[in-house]
Amino acid sequence: MKLAVASGKGGTGKSMVAANLAFTLASTRQVTLVDCDVEEPNLHLFFPAPATTTEVTMPVPVVDESACDHCGKCGEFCQYGAITVLRDRILFLPELCHSCGGCTLVCPNSAIREEPKRIGTLTTSAPMSGMKLVSGKLDEGNPHAVPIIRAAKILAEGDPLVICDSAPGTSCPVVEMLDGCDACILVTESTPFGLHDLELAVDVAARLDIPAGVIINRSDGKDQETLRFCAGQDLDVLMTIPFSREIAAIQSRGDLLCRARPEWQEDFCSLYLKCRSLAGVER
Amino acid sequence: MIRIAVISGKGGTGKTMVTAALSRLLSGSLVLADCDVDAANLELVQSPRLLRTDPFMGMKSAVIDPAACVQCGECEAHCRFGAVDRDDDKYRVNPLRCEGCAVCTAVCPAGAVTMQPRQTGEIKYSETARGHLVHARLVSGAGNSGLLVHAVKKTALERDGQCDLFLIDGPPGTGCPLISTISGVDAVLVVTEPSVSGLHDLKRVVAVCRQFRPRVLVAVNRWDLDPSQMEKIEAWCRDENISLIGRIPFDPAVIDAVRAGVPVTETGASPAAQAIRTLAVTIEQELSNPDRPK
Amino acid sequence: MKICITAQGATPDTKVEERFGRAPYFILMDRETGSYEAIANPFADGAGGVGPKAAQLILDRKAEALVSGLLGGNAKAVLDSAGVTQYTYRAGGSVRDAFDAFRNNTLERAE
Repeated sequence: MKLAVASGKGGTGKSMVAANLAFTLASTRQVTLVDCDVEEPNLHLFFPAPATTTEVTMPVPVVDESACDHCGKCGEFCQYGAITVLRDRILFLPELCHSCGGCTLVCPNSAIREEPKRIGTLTTSAPMSGMKLVSGKLDEGNPHAVPIIRAAKILAEGDPLVICDSAPGTSCPVVEMLDGCDACILVTESTPFGLHDLELAVDVAARLDIPAGVIINRSDGKDQETLRFCAGQDLDVLMTIPFSREIAAIQSRGDLLCRARPEWQEDFCSLYLKCRSLAGVER
Repeated sequence: MIRIAVISGKGGTGKTMVTAALSRLLSGSLVLADCDVDAANLELVQSPRLLRTDPFMGMKSAVIDPAACVQCGECEAHCRFGAVDRDDDKYRVNPLRCEGCAVCTAVCPAGAVTMQPRQTGEIKYSETARGHLVHARLVSGAGNSGLLVHAVKKTALERDGQCDLFLIDGPPGTGCPLISTISGVDAVLVVTEPSVSGLHDLKRVVAVCRQFRPRVLVAVNRWDLDPSQMEKIEAWCRDENISLIGRIPFDPAVIDAVRAGVPVTETGASPAAQAIRTLAVTIEQELSNPDRPK
Repeated sequence: MKICITAQGATPDTKVEERFGRAPYFILMDRETGSYEAIANPFADGAGGVGPKAAQLILDRKAEALVSGLLGGNAKAVLDSAGVTQYTYRAGGSVRDAFDAFRNNTLERAE
């Protein structure tokens, strides 16, 4: 089963939920935790451990100037404006390139080949028995998050239980993360900001046809609006975590709620069971 | 015109709340932009009156004409984004995955694929108590949020370029939308929180900012929730020669103000409101002193 | 020497357009004779990469200097590489006003 943890709004506690769920389940089964928030990966902060790092690359064009006659076809074809044909050479702007391979296809002189260019890394570790952690990390200043998410998910492919932690938002990186997941946990907080962004996240999950449930985090008891929305959308509230300075402090020092306060493990076990039934997985 | 972007690295640190309050406190004429186009929230605390809405056309998307398609599969074989689906020998393009590269149009022997414009969002132009607000809505699941950020900023500059101040509520993260947001700004205010994740993400986002030209200023929200992490952030800023100019305490008045749809500085003299007022004064001092280090 | 000025219309009497990549027209003017040629910008409504594409267009037309309002980083990188000097004009006047200012050397280089 592949579970996604997402939220429209940032900072609602996605990583906290993913980390505690994986920590709790790892004592009884094999769990793979995948950090798909590749712009700001944080899960490794909860699970410090020796790790192996590999590079993620994407192919970018390299022009053989001796074979190029500056006909301009590559620049004309590129939809992203990444190639400009100057009088005496080709100017390539790598940050605009999407690695579609179109320039190599249209070059009549076969003067363009592709070479891998590093865009980020994947880090794999085994921080505790039963757990594999895969963290994708985008190089700073690089705009291409999607290929890293794709690569991170490939490393977890075939594992029995995969939990993916997403970036906030609702655009391409989130779609890439959700793709192929069996169920999705949407973490929100009971403020107008949280609710507004929850509505967007629910919409994305529905478009991708992924069953979703909601966790209300840092609840101050004034959850009526959120509960009303969930009831109207037929969304289960899987869990409500109250606001407390103690939980906030456990979090901020990089500790896990279920490690510091083991009684919470029961709640996360029951969250897992609810996710299984959301995903339609038989026991 | 001075251009300031409020960003955070980590999501949920209180960027939007700080931006909304600053919009009321900083002096001079002002135009606002919400560049967190994935989840635009600034409007929830600015009571905007919508003046106009314009469609946002993202990248074109490939469309296969089933009548002309010869089912050769070349488009599927060449698409690097997995955007061509096959159903019983019928090929169609999944617009959520299509990145608009047009390779399929180049390889199709039957000329059955064309690139079609697709509306992936809208740009809204509104009036608020403190100048115009440019905000947007991205069709959920659509790509090109960086492009939409760019369009939002351009709309603000074209319509209100004469204002003294351009204040931007930025996106979380360090990728494409963030880079679009900070390009061309004079200063960024990074709003972070005292946690291991907050500091980690602060370091990453500052590294990205340094590849551009803005002055980097830092404020810590809910700083008293973990004074020991706060000390680490202070030490790091000192080592990196970055101005840590704001310390906003945890304050339930903030959530109450958000629920009331106004910035916390409009609901009386709460501790958070006081801290943000001090922050606004410091920002004005920092920006009037061009010799400070980046 | 040919100078490219971004314009809202097809003649030098129309206003200077502040945007580069999405300018409706490019007016190419001859510094010495003042004669001009107007090019409709095919990328004005484009979605992505319009800056460098527009830069390619004016390079192909042999412009040696550009006068515009706002210039994106990618377009600037292309024009810098090709040796096209860029000048900023934001006074709100016509293409001809910008052309005169260029000839009088009163325009600032784009930073």
